[in-house]
Amino acid sequence: MTKQIHLAAHFPGVNNTTVWSDPAAGSQIDFGSFRKLAETAERGTFDFFFLAEGLRLREVKGQIHDLDVVGRPESLTVLSALAAVTTHLGLAATVNSTFNEPYELAKRLSTLDHVSNGRAAWNVVTSWDAFTGENFRRGGYLDKGDRYVRAQESLRIVRKLWDSWNGDELVLDQAAGAFAREGAGAFADEGAHFTLRGRFGLPPSPQGRPVIIQAGDSDEGREFAASSADVIFSRHGTFEGGQTFYKDVKARLAKYGRTDDSLKIMPAVTVVVADTDADAIEKAAYIREQQVSGPTALVLAELLWGRDLSAYDPDGPLPAEDPVVGSSVTQGRVGYNDPFPIVSEWRAQAEANGWSLRQTVINQQNRQTFVGSPTTVAEAVNRHVQENAADGFVLVPHLTPSGLDDFVDRVVPLLRERGVFRSEYAGTTLRDHLGLQP
Amino acid sequence: MSRGLITAIEIDGAGGDPGAWRGPEVDPRAILTGELAVRAAQRAEAAGVDLVTFADALEAPDDVPDRVSVRLDALGLAARVAPVTQRIGLLPTITVTHTEPFHVQASVATLDHISGGRAGWIADVSTSAEAAAVIGRREPAPAAETWREARYVVDAGRRLWDSWEDDAIIRDVATGRFVDREKLHYVDLETPTFSVKGPSIVPRPPQGHPITAIRVTTPEALEAAGDAELVFLPNSGDLSKQVLELRENAGRSVTLDGRSVTLTLDQAVGPLVLVSAEVRPHVDGVERLLDLIEGWAAAGVDGVQLRPASLELDVPVIAEQLLPVLRERGLVGSGERGGSLRGRLGLRRPVNRYARSVR
Ligand SMILES: Cc1cc2nc3c(=O)[nH]c(=O)nc-3n(C[C@H](O)[C@H](O)[C@H](O)COP(=O)(O)O)c2cc1C
Repeated sequence: MTKQIHLAAHFPGVNNTTVWSDPAAGSQIDFGSFRKLAETAERGTFDFFFLAEGLRLREVKGQIHDLDVVGRPESLTVLSALAAVTTHLGLAATVNSTFNEPYELAKRLSTLDHVSNGRAAWNVVTSWDAFTGENFRRGGYLDKGDRYVRAQESLRIVRKLWDSWNGDELVLDQAAGAFAREGAGAFADEGAHFTLRGRFGLPPSPQGRPVIIQAGDSDEGREFAASSADVIFSRHGTFEGGQTFYKDVKARLAKYGRTDDSLKIMPAVTVVVADTDADAIEKAAYIREQQVSGPTALVLAELLWGRDLSAYDPDGPLPAEDPVVGSSVTQGRVGYNDPFPIVSEWRAQAEANGWSLRQTVINQQNRQTFVGSPTTVAEAVNRHVQENAADGFVLVPHLTPSGLDDFVDRVVPLLRERGVFRSEYAGTTLRDHLGLQP
Repeated sequence: MSRGLITAIEIDGAGGDPGAWRGPEVDPRAILTGELAVRAAQRAEAAGVDLVTFADALEAPDDVPDRVSVRLDALGLAARVAPVTQRIGLLPTITVTHTEPFHVQASVATLDHISGGRAGWIADVSTSAEAAAVIGRREPAPAAETWREARYVVDAGRRLWDSWEDDAIIRDVATGRFVDREKLHYVDLETPTFSVKGPSIVPRPPQGHPITAIRVTTPEALEAAGDAELVFLPNSGDLSKQVLELRENAGRSVTLDGRSVTLTLDQAVGPLVLVSAEVRPHVDGVERLLDLIEGWAAAGVDGVQLRPASLELDVPVIAEQLLPVLRERGLVGSGERGGSLRGRLGLRRPVNRYARSVR
C-alpha cells in the first residue's frame, strides 16, 4: 500500500542554518512571522507546526554566542495564540521535562489542546545539565543517567492527569445544576522523582491526550520513544541513515506491545527548490555560504576541535593541532564524543579538494537533504517515505517566515497528484492527521 | 486624574456567580474552548474597557458538583485571546510559589510580544496544601513567606526583562553578529529561595516591562502590593484609607532577610489602585453600579476591576449601558487610546537598568 506522507513545519531558530542576514529574512520574534509560517503550513495541509526550545542562551568560550539567531518566545504561549488564527494545523511545543513540573505541564498542554480543538503536541526534551540548571530553582541537580528516568516519570504522570477524568464525568446539565460528577480528576502518584496528589481541573481534551513527540538520539532516548512517543523528531534525514534509524526504532516497538504505525518517524530536513536541478544545486551552494560565514566556520571547527581556534584564518588551512576530548569550549549544545576520526576525514578532504577551513566546514557539515526541481524533490521525499527511511519530515527552512513558500506552492501539489499526501484535512485533530489512535 | 478611571473586566469561567454557567444564554462547553472568554474580551474591547484579567490558581477549583469545577490555564487563555483583540490589555493570573521564576518571566514577555505590548500579569501565591500537593516539591508555606518570595520573583522578572537591552539585536552582516552581546546581561540574582543566572531566553518585551499587578486578598499581599504597578483592592469600608496607605508605601526600597530589593517602580506615579468588586448589573441595574463607581472614585481609586457575575449577561450591560454613561459623566476617558497597555494606563516605559551602566 502507498504510504501517506506526514509533514511538519519547523520555525527557523537558534542555529547557523537559519540565515538571518538575507534581505528576505524577517523578524524572529514578531508574532506576524509565526503567523505567516503557520498559515503557509496550513495552506499546505501540513500535520503540524513545530517550535524548538532552549532554556539558556548558548555560549562559546564563556561568552554568549552572537553569530546565530539569539532569543525566541516561549513555545506554549505562541502556540495558544496561533490556535486563534489557524483551524487544523497541529501545534507542537518543545518543553523540557527536567526543568518543569508534571502538573504544570499537564495543565498548560491540556489548555492548548482545549483552545485549539485538539491540535496540541508536546516534544519532550531532556537537557539536564548544570549550565541550563543555573536558571532554575533546583540548579543542575540531575545526573545525566537520570534524564530519561525523570522524563519517563513526568510523561507517565502527565498522562495520568489527562486520564484522571474517565470521560463521562463532565455532565454539563444546566437544568439539574450538575457541572461535573464529584471526584472527577482525582490523582495520586509516587515515583523516584515525584510524589504528588490532588485533583486535575481539566476534563479530557478533544484529542483525549495531546500527541507526544521525542527528540533524543541515545539508546535510552530511542527506548523512551519506542515505549511512549507518537512521533520521533530525528536527525537522520539521509536515505541510508534514515533507513537504519527507522529499522532500529521500529524494532523496539514490539516489546511494548505497539505496532509500527503507532510511532511516526519524522527527521528534520532542509529543502532547496528551483526551476531545474542545476538551478537548485547552485542555490543550495549559495545558501550554504550564507549559513557558514568565516566566524561561524571557526566556531563550528572549535566545537569539533574542542579548543580556541580564534588565531586561525577561516580562509586558510585547517588547524594543525590535535582535537581535545571532552573540553567545553561551547555550552548549551551537543559536542563530539570522539572527534579524531572526523578531524582526519576533514583533513583528507581539505587536502584532496584544496579547501580552506571555511570551505571544509561548508562541505563537511552540509545538511541539505532535498535539493532539486519540484519533481526531483517530490520524488525523493516520496521515495524516502515509501522505502521506510521515514514516515514523513519536519521541514526546517533557512528563512523566516517565507522559507516554506516554494515547497508548499510547488512540491506539495506534486505529492498530492501522486496520491501520497492529503489535499485537504480529513479530520480536525492532530491525531487524525497523524493517523494515530486516540 | 484627567484620563478618567481605568476600567478592567475579570474573566473567570462563566462569571463570578457560581450559577452563571446554568443560564440558557451560556453554552458551558464554550468555557473550555475559550470562546466565552474571547467573546467577553471582544465585547469589553469594543466598549473601550482598558484591560481584562484572567483568574487562575495552581490547584483545581473546588470539586463541587453544581460549580464550574474546571479551569483553563490563564496564560494560555490570554494568549488565545491576544490575536483576536487589538487594543485591550491582557493580564493572566500566574502563581509563583511553585512555578519557576525563569518560566514566568519568559511567558509574560512572550505574551507581550504576541499582543504587541498589551501584556501584564497578576502575581499571586499558593498557600494551600492542595497546591503544594499537586507539585509535590515543597511543603505549603504561610502567606508571609510566599509573599516575601513573590516579591523576589517580581524583581527577578523585571531584571530578566532588562537582561536584553532594547537594541541588543543588531543583525550586523559585516561582522556576522546577530546580537551585540555587550547588550545582553547575566542577572546573577540570588534570593533566599532561588537563584537565576540569566539572561532571559526572550528578547526584551515591547513594553520593556509588562505590567505587574497584585490582587490584595490578605494583609501580606497588601504589603507586597507596593512593588506592583497595578493593585486591585477589595471593596471595603475603609477603601480611601487603604488607598492612601498604599500610595505612601509605594516606591520605598525594601530590605528583606538583610538583602535590599531594588524596586524599579516609577516613583513619580506609584501603583495605580483599582477597586475590585463583583458586579451584576443585569440584576441590580446600571444606576446602582453608577452610584457605587462614583463612590469609589471619591475614595481616590484610579479605576475599577469589575468582576461580572455572568460574562454573557453582564459584560454586554457593562459595555453597552454602563460605559457610555460613565463616559458622558467624564468618569472614564474616550476609550480610544491605542498603543501599548502602558501607554493606555499613562505609565512610562521603563528605562533598562543595564543600559544605564557605563560601558
Ligand atoms: C532533532 C533533534 C531536535 C532537538 N531539539 C531540541 C530542542 O529544541 N530543545 C532541547 O532542549 N533539546 C533538543 N534536542 C535534544 C534532545 O531532546 C535531548 O535532550 C538530547 O539529545 C539528549 O538526549 P539523548 O542523549 O537521548 O540524545 C533535540 C534533539 C534532536 C535529535
